[in-house]
Amino acid sequence: MAALAALFIMCSSVNAFAQDAATATTKAVDMAKVHKTTAFYVLLFLLLCLFIAIIGKALKVYELTRETQDKPEGINWNTINAVIFVLFLIVGLYGVYWEYSVHGKMILPEAASEHGKKIDEMFNVTLWVTTLVFILTHIVLFIFTYVYRYNKNRRAYYYPHNNTIERIWTIVPAIVLTYLVLMGFFTWRSIFYKAEDPKNRAISIEVTSSQFLWDIRYPGPDAVVGKRNYKLTTAINGLGIDFNDKNSIDDLLADEIVLPVNKPVRFILSSKDVIHSFYMPHFRVQLNTVPGMTSYFEFTPTITTEEMRTKTNDPKFNYILLCSKICGTNHFNMQKNVRVVSEGEYKEWLAAQHPYLTDDLRKAFNLPVSVEAAPAVKDTTATTAAKVELDVKNQLALKK
Amino acid sequence: MSTISLHDTHHDDHGHGHHHETFLTKYVFSQDHKMIAKQFLITGIIMAVIAMLLSILFRIQLAWPDKSFPLLETFLGKWAEGGRIKPDFFLALVTIHGTIMVFFVLTAGLSGTFSNLLIPLQVGARDMASPFMNMLSYWFFFVACVIMMGSFFIQTGPASAGWTVYPPLSAVPKAMPGSGLGMTLWLISMILFVASSLMGGINYVSTILNMRTKGMSLWKMPLTIWAFFLTAILGILSFPVLVAGVVLLIFDRSFGTSFYLSDIVFGTEILSNEGGSPILWQHLFWFLGHPEVYIVIMPAMGLSSEIIAVNSRKPIFGYHAMVYSLIGITVLSLIVWGHHMFVTGMNPFLGGVFMITTLIIAVPSAVKTFNWLATLWRGNIRFTPGMLFAIGMVSFFISGGVTGIWLGNASLDINLHDTYFVVAHFHLVMGAAAIFGMLAGVYHWFPKMFGRMMDVKLAYLHFWVTFICAYLVFFPLHFIGLDGVPRRYYAFTEFEFMDKWITVNILVTWSAIIAALAQIAFLFNFFYSIFKGKKATQNPWQANTLEWTTPVERLHGNWPGEIPTVYRWPYDYSKPGAEEDFIGQNVPFSQTMSSNLPHDFEGNEEGERIQREWEAVNKPVQE
Ligand code: HEM
Ligand SMILES: [Cu+2]
Ligand SMILES: [Cu+2]
Repeated sequence: MAALAALFIMCSSVNAFAQDAATATTKAVDMAKVHKTTAFYVLLFLLLCLFIAIIGKALKVYELTRETQDKPEGINWNTINAVIFVLFLIVGLYGVYWEYSVHGKMILPEAASEHGKKIDEMFNVTLWVTTLVFILTHIVLFIFTYVYRYNKNRRAYYYPHNNTIERIWTIVPAIVLTYLVLMGFFTWRSIFYKAEDPKNRAISIEVTSSQFLWDIRYPGPDAVVGKRNYKLTTAINGLGIDFNDKNSIDDLLADEIVLPVNKPVRFILSSKDVIHSFYMPHFRVQLNTVPGMTSYFEFTPTITTEEMRTKTNDPKFNYILLCSKICGTNHFNMQKNVRVVSEGEYKEWLAAQHPYLTDDLRKAFNLPVSVEAAPAVKDTTATTAAKVELDVKNQLALKK
Repeated sequence: MSTISLHDTHHDDHGHGHHHETFLTKYVFSQDHKMIAKQFLITGIIMAVIAMLLSILFRIQLAWPDKSFPLLETFLGKWAEGGRIKPDFFLALVTIHGTIMVFFVLTAGLSGTFSNLLIPLQVGARDMASPFMNMLSYWFFFVACVIMMGSFFIQTGPASAGWTVYPPLSAVPKAMPGSGLGMTLWLISMILFVASSLMGGINYVSTILNMRTKGMSLWKMPLTIWAFFLTAILGILSFPVLVAGVVLLIFDRSFGTSFYLSDIVFGTEILSNEGGSPILWQHLFWFLGHPEVYIVIMPAMGLSSEIIAVNSRKPIFGYHAMVYSLIGITVLSLIVWGHHMFVTGMNPFLGGVFMITTLIIAVPSAVKTFNWLATLWRGNIRFTPGMLFAIGMVSFFISGGVTGIWLGNASLDINLHDTYFVVAHFHLVMGAAAIFGMLAGVYHWFPKMFGRMMDVKLAYLHFWVTFICAYLVFFPLHFIGLDGVPRRYYAFTEFEFMDKWITVNILVTWSAIIAALAQIAFLFNFFYSIFKGKKATQNPWQANTLEWTTPVERLHGNWPGEIPTVYRWPYDYSKPGAEEDFIGQNVPFSQTMSSNLPHDFEGNEEGERIQREWEAVNKPVQE
């Protein structure tokens, strides 16, 4: 009764407030409409409150009459709640099934990298194990709440402990987890401890993050990305590349990441300003880029963009690099296109890239700036493709 | 035992009326643990409502990124020019939402309320070890809240680098507007907050260790007390590390040191800091940050254990295992922090180590879950509001817990880290589970706090709407994360592959709005019942623990006469042979001859002999 009254009071006062707000702002023409819609929703909600209050009131009246007539309690709320739990279980199980089959289909396609396949395998095992546990424990939980709902003629079973059972359900999860840990541990090691294969050297690519873009640097023919020193940063040398390091001279500027399929690539990651995160979900690759610290991620892409387009049945599919560590205003839009192509296409693309070293930079670093110098560099890049696989030493010798 | 008699005299001093309570000493600068508990609770509820409104604001942005809501501009002014929340403000909202929820609501609001309320009442003490420090603890917390909220009223806005405030983003004011004055306020607020937590924690530990009533051995303490005890220890061990981190960050920000900074260039401006490492902050932060999530969940576990036992009318299953798993969690939680740093570029060897420790901690968590389920088995379950929320807590703990196994696996974490999958995971396992544990506690101990009952039917409504909507909010987020969508994204509009999630975002936002509206049922019920609720009886849930032996009316010193002595563990529910289905901890075995079990005498031969003799006389062979 009192609850109802209070709700009424609450309703009417808020109501008045809403009306006040609506009348007070007739001056701003478009705001009036806004306030009207707001008032409408507020009223709608208050109506709902009223409705609930009436139901509550009716329930109370009903129970009071039962009481005065000395009849047993009319509504057994224990049973009602128990039944809702069972309904929740049934609808919930269906909901989980629906989620898995609808939203579950909208997640990332299969991994497009070698180590990614291992991760996906483990993903599937873990998914099965945890889904099973999730479903079974919930069935037990809600069935128990239903079956053992209150009954005043029954007494609960005094059962303080059972060491055997407790041991079992300590040991079984421990075993399952040991299995998952070992699997994870070995996969983890295989991802981050890679033995170098001299015949199949990884292509180094440097990615430097800054608010809110990615700078990509490919090594030139020497296959080595030159040094950087943040203290050398100037307007024309945004990355602070140290061109006194010979390895820097032929480095190439790229505005997208292009990777040859089935070749190992080694990303050299660092950051200019704040922490960002180098995240290429399709390859199961993520590593933070941290200022003052260089980190490396090596992997082998296995599916070209074209192939992935057929696989996903999406002609517009593209691999993508995103930033997944909060880094400021435009964190949500810090992207780079990524393409995986055949070896041939890769070489062709690489040949078309320009060196970082411009004439201005040559002047700044006291390097010779001859009219021929520029085309000469061009030439070297043009032949890059052919030479990429040559031994580094060889190339250095060639240059000399 | 000397402490107890000491405190009896202390009580007598006060009990005979030399103690004048003015409005100020009773309600504001109160040193009574029950009043302080209420202060923590009400402040916590207010902060929770604020944090919830903030989440609704940014959920609106996520669901309708292109739509203009002129009303937002009315309220938020320049933060929402043209009726659209700005990216910087979005990040501020997310950051302050997270900070408030984790620290102010689920640490102070939860531990502060229930440790304060229940520790003296359940261990049988007149008050906390140091009531004055207890009062300070609340006021530091209050000031911390005020400063944090104050940061909404400054030119550059509140801290916005995420609740983890990683430098350099948080250290360099030009990195984002929120890293200006807002960040300074955040850091100051945090220091005050930690001071508050430490004063509270030291009090809880010393009260539990020194002021238990006669007979209350450690192994007779209710699980709530065990949980608060271990939580407080964990806080004492880990919070100071956060302070260390925060102080260094303040130095870096204001005094030009380079603890966290090195090799930094903004555009072409080269900062002079050299030699620091941003990773250092992450180690210091997560050394607290991970234990923090257990600081949040363990009290919820303790409350739920107690409520589930009371309302199943059954002893908690595996009391010892429950305690040992809490101890296990406490110890292990100190050595798993690195799982938040698998992909920072930290040495991969460390990644392997932290993966192992992390998955070990899943074992005690699993044991706890199974023991709750076993407690329900063959119980006689009363669905009081507290019980509903405790069951909800178990459900969320399972749902969020299983995905911890994914994230703890370093290899899987490569692709899951910092995506919406993480958001889904921690909201279920620590957000929803802990909030439900807290609500369970509020409904269950409301009669103890205010001497009145809350309305049951409104509570049912509150529970069901919240329970269902919480799942609708957080379950779909897993899939968004599995699609590789990073968290803390202002809008899903810049990437084509995210387009398909817009409808899901709308569903999530609507569910969040409905869940938020359902809290009105709670708020109304709570504040209305304080004044107008049905008068409570002394032991409304027929529970065993000592707090229900105190009178309904608030009393400084808790018990009018002597503090009751404890004879038995707190879980003698439905004991065979007993008249009623509960036997209070203060009931001696001599009064329950018909239900005593050999085990009860703990090897006391005299007791066993008396019991045997009694049985020989009174128990003609049954069945
Ligand atoms: C009212 C219900 C809630 C809703 C709708 C909600 C929603 C969200 C969402 C969507 C995010 C992620 C935003 C993003 O990463 O872009 C978030 C962040 C967060 N929430 Fe909640 N949340 C709710 C309640 C809670 C609770 C109870 C907790 C307590 C643990 C909590 C703690 C956090 C934390 C720690 C973050 C991370 C903040 C950050 O990224 O710095 N939230 N919330
Ligand atoms: Cu970012
Ligand atoms: Cu953690």
